[in-house]
Amino acid sequence: MSDDLLHVELVAADRLVWSGEATMVIARTTEGDVGILPNHAPMLSLMVDGVVDVQTAEGETWVAAVDAGFLSVANNRISILSEHAEMSHEIDLEKARTELERAKTAGEYDSEVEAEDAIRRAEARIRAVERAS
Amino acid sequence: MALSLREYRARIKSVESTKKITRAMELIAASRIIKAQQRAQAAAPYARELTRAVSAVATFSNVDHPLTTEPENPTRAAILIVTSDRGLAGAYSSSVIKEGERLTEKLREEGKEVDTYISGRKGVAYFKFRRRPIVEQWTGFSDQPTYDVAREIGDRLIEAFLAGAAGESASQSEDDVRGVDEVHVIYTRFRSMLVQEPTAVRLLPLEVVEGEERPSEEEALPLYEFEPSAAEVLDGLLPRYVQSRIYFALLQAAASELAARQRAMKAATDNAEELIKKYTRIANQARQAGITQEISEIVGGVNALADATAGSE
Repeated sequence: MSDDLLHVELVAADRLVWSGEATMVIARTTEGDVGILPNHAPMLSLMVDGVVDVQTAEGETWVAAVDAGFLSVANNRISILSEHAEMSHEIDLEKARTELERAKTAGEYDSEVEAEDAIRRAEARIRAVERAS
Repeated sequence: MALSLREYRARIKSVESTKKITRAMELIAASRIIKAQQRAQAAAPYARELTRAVSAVATFSNVDHPLTTEPENPTRAAILIVTSDRGLAGAYSSSVIKEGERLTEKLREEGKEVDTYISGRKGVAYFKFRRRPIVEQWTGFSDQPTYDVAREIGDRLIEAFLAGAAGESASQSEDDVRGVDEVHVIYTRFRSMLVQEPTAVRLLPLEVVEGEERPSEEEALPLYEFEPSAAEVLDGLLPRYVQSRIYFALLQAAASELAARQRAMKAATDNAEELIKKYTRIANQARQAGITQEISEIVGGVNALADATAGSE
């Protein structure tokens, strides 16, 4: 393991979404946004629905939309676990927009909480696409 | 030779079309099995990372969590039986149900009441036919389970378990959720294409140390900081761990179901071929017998005619 690179694994419940080397990772935890640089102290924290930014070793930046999940950092190894995760280029922007509209007009979901969750998810996906472009 | 040639031909035709169906099902199962295995492999990183995280928290914090606490006096257990939605898979569903019955019997002997949860239409049909109660059922996904289903099942079982931990008397009357003190899952483990075995595991209360996809121990686990706190992280982590274990069970069951179906359908196709061979032989015999009879009738007729003309002259 190299000294000044982070090994990132973005894992969804049903697949490995991305893995590779990065220089910085920004994620949103329950305590707020957190930026992680190499040699960060070991940490385990809860993430909320939102976007994850990763600056790769090649100097590129990519963005992913994630559901609530976990972030664990140890020995320059970051695992981002989320039930559903999508890279920005995999997201269908149109679909996310219509989903957002649907969630906002409500009626489709059983409870307020579910509708709010759906809104947050759709917004996260749209944000991810916009940030990436 | 009780039946006529025509009837044998009809029978051969019917067996042939059955064979076509079983052959098609065999091929479909064979191609899906590869996908099911890939899905199981794709889910492995998540399970591995989650197990790592859980063991990290469990090692470095002394937080007691309801999901890991053994109830002092277990009186009620829940079992989840993972069966298939469709038949034609040999003994797949019946053997997993049998394993479930065995466990139920064992739990009853230990003086626990048993609540049954079922996934898959075949299991539901089995219990409905015998008029036995099912607490909850999930159907319609058995050959390609998604994580969302696993989450739903997990949430339901955790809810029941927590209700049991909170105290039986209070929760029982208020809503439908009857608390349970332990949760077992019975599924078919996929060992290889040829071997699948029904397995029963205890899901709750959790024992974090068990599990076949344990992280390798090449590096000692570091001292983690927990954000916001160890208790809250554990709170979020454990339900997901449970869900991921259920997802694992569902994926294994799906692969096993397809393997069992492929094998059953291969046997059916072979049998059909044998039957066709047998019927073709009998049909040929019938045909030959018919021809022989016709010839002897003609010869007999000609002879009779010759005799008659010879007599008149």
